[in-house]
Amino acid sequence: MAVTRFCVRSYEQDSRIFPSTSAKLGLLLLAIALIALPWVAGKYIIFIASVAAVSVIGALGLNVLTGYAGLISLGHAAFLGVGAYTAAILSTQYQLPFLITLPAAGVFAALLGAVVGIPTLRLKGMYLLVTTLAFQFIVEHIVYHWEDVTAGDRGINLPDPDLFGFTLDKYMGYYYVVVALAVIAAILMKNLAMSRTGRALVAVRDRDIAAEMIGVHVAKYKIIAFIISSFTAGIAGALYAYLLGLISPDHFTLNQSILYVAMIIVGGMGTVMGAIIGAIFMVLLPEFISAISGPISSAYPLFAPRIGGISVTIYGLILIFFLLFEPKGLVGIWLRIKRYWLTWPYTY
Amino acid sequence: MALLEIQDISISFGGVHALRNVSFTVEKGQLAAVIGPNGAGKTSLLNCISGFYKPTQGKVLFQGEDITPLPPFKVAQKGVARTFQNVELFSNMNVIDNLLLGRHNYFKGGYVRNALLGYRSKDESRERRRVEEIIDFLEMEQWRKHLVSDLPYGIQKRVELGRALAQEPSLLLLDEPMAGMNLEETEDIARFILDVHQELGTTIVMIEHDMAVVMDISQHIGVLDFGEKIADGPPEKIQNDPEVQKAYLGENYEAIRRGEAR
Repeated sequence: MAVTRFCVRSYEQDSRIFPSTSAKLGLLLLAIALIALPWVAGKYIIFIASVAAVSVIGALGLNVLTGYAGLISLGHAAFLGVGAYTAAILSTQYQLPFLITLPAAGVFAALLGAVVGIPTLRLKGMYLLVTTLAFQFIVEHIVYHWEDVTAGDRGINLPDPDLFGFTLDKYMGYYYVVVALAVIAAILMKNLAMSRTGRALVAVRDRDIAAEMIGVHVAKYKIIAFIISSFTAGIAGALYAYLLGLISPDHFTLNQSILYVAMIIVGGMGTVMGAIIGAIFMVLLPEFISAISGPISSAYPLFAPRIGGISVTIYGLILIFFLLFEPKGLVGIWLRIKRYWLTWPYTY
Repeated sequence: MALLEIQDISISFGGVHALRNVSFTVEKGQLAAVIGPNGAGKTSLLNCISGFYKPTQGKVLFQGEDITPLPPFKVAQKGVARTFQNVELFSNMNVIDNLLLGRHNYFKGGYVRNALLGYRSKDESRERRRVEEIIDFLEMEQWRKHLVSDLPYGIQKRVELGRALAQEPSLLLLDEPMAGMNLEETEDIARFILDVHQELGTTIVMIEHDMAVVMDISQHIGVLDFGEKIADGPPEKIQNDPEVQKAYLGENYEAIRRGEAR
């Protein structure tokens, strides 16, 4: 469907991300809400909002790899873990400040990402999935057993994050840092998607042979996708580590990797918007389930012991639902609603 | 020096000799065609030129340089563009993005600049302008924002030609540009091919089954049969070549014509 826009005067204007005033107004309202949140909300809500922002960054990273380049990965949580442990070790054993540990976490994860990316030059689909799964287990194993460095399952206590000598309040300053980084990540990813790099990645996903024949260095772009994705994951992991204050291997398991895959599927794969919405949705879902599980267990006491298992089941059901009925994810639903109201009250 | 010189190449898959000692020369500015019955090795020949297949023997010289060992993307960067027998477009993108991908190697900015500027970079608007010129040239204005997968087959073929032109190639390889088209679409594409050849001066090698078109527009024809080149020359010569007639019409062609065979 082609949306006709009037009076487009330049190519830049024609390819704008947010062409309409209402979209800009919506963004402004969102920005005000994000800025006002820590002043009006309680600590728990601020904490959940920070977790959501961190997940948005992580999901944006996986979206580059799986959504754009079509390289499916079950090792995303391992990259987050690498970032988290890099930040934790550098800040506790070497007393380095947040401003250094954060980029260091990204860079170290990116280096590992480049290494993990090398097999993708020959592997696709299921075989690649198994390779990334192996990476996930290798990282889990190392984190558990290299106790001198990672402290095994006792975990590492992180200091409070600091910026230019000021300690950041978890429920005020740090929230702003995390949200700002999520916004920056989203903007950079959107720019990347709408540029030569993004197009080349999608070309590699859709038809790698044709991409190669028109002059796209397919091997290079696959590695690039891994590097961008794991760098972003490393940053998200470091932010998560500072947010929790205590990290242990349990935070970066295969379940987390699957959760990230679920985020981009539910949100809508291959779109920046989808990664954002999916991440927020999957962070809020367990909160929603636990909110309703109280009343349910008091109303049906027999049901109470099983309520914990329910959330995993609901995850599974939602994932199956989206794969079957809405492969374009929440973004697909949103676009359909928008298209409907665009011409309302006419049908077309 | 010829623009493209194929020297004695052979390639086989298992026991099948797809190409056997084939040599073929295309001069700069020529509109050449390769014809032959199904399975004669025409597409294999194109795949050898664009670096997708590596011949077991022989060389492909492009502008005097041996391009046989180069990977396909490097061959493309040297100035060889192609279209495919079965349309190989990026179907989840619109026409503009497909053509912009053809311009891939004309962008100068790196990843950092891409991430910081996105569509606002000078590269993007400059290349978008070039793409619009190609859209004009191939008369595709009305489809520029359509998803490629929503377009009819004939238009998809034209978009693919556009993507190849976006590479500004010095050699354009067309693999059955008219396959599966009706008469009107065939005439359109034939006109565009002639436009490309005459207005842009691009050298073209085309594989095609539609003999009327081939004889009409090409200046030089090579004929393949069972992986071997059986004839080579201008259309008039090919039409009257007994080997070619035998390949297309069978051993008894002459006899049938004289009414002697059963």
